Amino acid sequence: MTDAPHEVLILELQGEIFAIDAQRVREILDVVPITVVPGARPFVDGLINVRGKVVPLADLRLKFGMPTPPPTIDTRIIVVETVVDGEGSAVGLLADRVREVTELAAASISETPRIGLRWRSEFIAGIGKRGTDFIILLDLEQILASASDSRTASQPVG
Amino acid sequence: MSPADPADTFRQEAQDLLIQLEDVLLDLEATPSDAELIATAFRALHTLKGSGAMFGFQDLADFAHVVENTFDCLRKTGAAPSHDLIATSLGAKDFMRQLVLDPCAANPETGRAVLAELQRLDPGAGPPPMALAEAAPDAPADALATYEIAFALPADCLLRGTNPLLLLDELRDLGDCEIVAETDAVPGIEALDPETSVLRWRARLTTAQPRDAIDDVFMFVIDDMDLEVRRVAPPAAQPARPAQPPAAPARLRPAAQPVQSPTGPGGIRVSAERIDSLMDRVGELVIAQSRLRQIAQASPDQTLRTIAEEIERLAAELRASTMGIRMIPIGQLFGRFRRVVHDLARDLGKSVQLVTSGEETELDKTVIESLNDPMLHLIRNAIDHGFEDGDARTAAGKPAAGVLTLSARHAGAQVLITIADDGRGMDRARIRAKAVEAGLLPETGEIPDSELFAVIFAPGFSTASAVTAVSGRGVGMDVVKRTIDSLRGFIEVTSAEGAGSKVTLRLPLTLAIIDGLLVRVGTGRYVIPLSTVEECVELGDAGASPSAARSFLNIRDDLVPFLRLRELFGATAPPDPYQKVVIVAAGDRRVGLVVDQIVGDHQTVIKSLSRLHADVPTFSGATILGDGTVALILDVVNLIAAGRALEQRLKAS
Repeated sequence: MTDAPHEVLILELQGEIFAIDAQRVREILDVVPITVVPGARPFVDGLINVRGKVVPLADLRLKFGMPTPPPTIDTRIIVVETVVDGEGSAVGLLADRVREVTELAAASISETPRIGLRWRSEFIAGIGKRGTDFIILLDLEQILASASDSRTASQPVG
Repeated sequence: MSPADPADTFRQEAQDLLIQLEDVLLDLEATPSDAELIATAFRALHTLKGSGAMFGFQDLADFAHVVENTFDCLRKTGAAPSHDLIATSLGAKDFMRQLVLDPCAANPETGRAVLAELQRLDPGAGPPPMALAEAAPDAPADALATYEIAFALPADCLLRGTNPLLLLDELRDLGDCEIVAETDAVPGIEALDPETSVLRWRARLTTAQPRDAIDDVFMFVIDDMDLEVRRVAPPAAQPARPAQPPAAPARLRPAAQPVQSPTGPGGIRVSAERIDSLMDRVGELVIAQSRLRQIAQASPDQTLRTIAEEIERLAAELRASTMGIRMIPIGQLFGRFRRVVHDLARDLGKSVQLVTSGEETELDKTVIESLNDPMLHLIRNAIDHGFEDGDARTAAGKPAAGVLTLSARHAGAQVLITIADDGRGMDRARIRAKAVEAGLLPETGEIPDSELFAVIFAPGFSTASAVTAVSGRGVGMDVVKRTIDSLRGFIEVTSAEGAGSKVTLRLPLTLAIIDGLLVRVGTGRYVIPLSTVEECVELGDAGASPSAARSFLNIRDDLVPFLRLRELFGATAPPDPYQKVVIVAAGDRRVGLVVDQIVGDHQTVIKSLSRLHADVPTFSGATILGDGTVALILDVVNLIAAGRALEQRLKAS
């Protein structure tokens, strides 16, 4: 982590609050028609049209073992720039709600604790504190990289 | 956008010149006494030397100078270069290529060895090449000619870095020369733009050099300048020394027919990225246009419909011309292989004649670039394994020199490229035996050639040494197959025992936009590349029972397996009562794809799928439909493979 304040986008997945690096976010869209890719892994089985570009759509909720109710009026698609298997590309992320862009002071972001988390720790870049809330900062590269290999079992962290 | 690095521009030009040089050298191999070819080689070397020195590639310039001298000598004496000299010149060309690409990496030893060899073979066998240059001006006096030259440089030549003084010096170096500047056009000091060239010059030159030497002086500005050269009677005995230039000749405006310029067609260089981004824009335009068409068709407004049609026509034309920009003739690619064939045949001690046809056939630049490696493999295989040794050929009653044919031609929206040899052909029994061993083919039963030869492209099969040694084909063939697949092309192999083999590559014209057939399966819409579609039929009774027991259609007495895309794609919406079958083909393999509805044709701008979907083989890409939704493009090759697997399962049961 650098010492500069960290700009993050706060989003909600099934009531849980997460943050992603705001630098990565290209745009936030309302839900658009989603084309299902038969045979793709469920986590990334959609394609959307983002201004003439075909962009894969990832549902992070499946990565965290959450239920996946249909989109509501609050559902948004966050288009992020990321690297998948060494290839830079745009990926859409489905979020139940997008809250705001905020700054997390570097000091308030701590390394991932090894225990006491419900989520797989390799998906987590750090944990930030905002007021009394804890916010989990997601490591998108890790999440999507493991998405490209569905066989990655959850390994004990050590 | 930053201005292009001049050195890069030079590198590109130099590479073109080197390719030209190689072509000429290879041509010379066949007709060593062709003076035109020698002159072309000389010119290429001369230009390399000149521009090399100008852009700071001094090593290259020096090296090219020596080689140039050799060819100059050939040109003047009319001697035919020996095979050794041509081979050495090819080596020299390779070394120059290295000097162009990475001067630091070039080993000076190699260069010296090539030069030593050149000198040994020097047709002049006279003074060492270096001295030849010095000797040139003292050529026999009877070759002296006097020219009156009137010229004006392009107005912007100073801005482009041309130094007129150097040009004048160069002109003087040609021989006895007197130059007078005409200052009529120079404006008053207040109107004078120091960066514009306004002077005209008149020169009287007596030289032993050919007329071309004058053009060569102005090589870099000749396209834009006024240049008039007149040969005049040589002055008697004493050197030209006119007291005054003769009464000013009629004002020398650019004549109706300007000096013939040595440049090729008036082309410009555009970076591939710019063309790609233009193609992207055109792709988006096509998508936007099909949305407009949908809206217009639903609208009663006649004007809107007329405009929509107009835009449709324009978009189609724009698309065609943009694609045209990306097209380059395949001759460039064929040209590269001449050298490979030449060297390989020599190394293997075989005599191989390369015959090419259809060089003018145009293909997308990307396709041509990707074709280099697979074709190299196929050519290597043909020369290494396809052709018999000279003795064996004679024994078989064939001419001792094998003929390797590369040809290209258009067939609809596809290009067919064939690599054919007249060698021994493939040994079916051995391939069969190996394939059975590898579990790729059943041991018994009739197997059509297409299936038999398809196994040589199976990964792993290629490394079976017994097969490669006996019947040829093999090394890296799976790589060939993969590349052609990635280009959405197909490979067909035919072979006749003792008469040779032929590999045909069927490739789409372009990778960017295809014509597609839009179909609906459940609620999803998919695009099938139209070039693979043979026909569409009703599923009828054959599909009545959903059991897979009868997954065959009778198409004119041919049994064609079919795949229910609904099952493949897990469609849950209720099926349409009248299902349709789209018969797609790759080579002579066909499979039916059962769909709910055939929507119609669709101009498909192909967007590749991200790495996240690299594990989905059924689709080769995606496209955006008129209503803005994304539709997937079916990968026909993979579907046919799936169809075959189904067929075999059914046959086995």
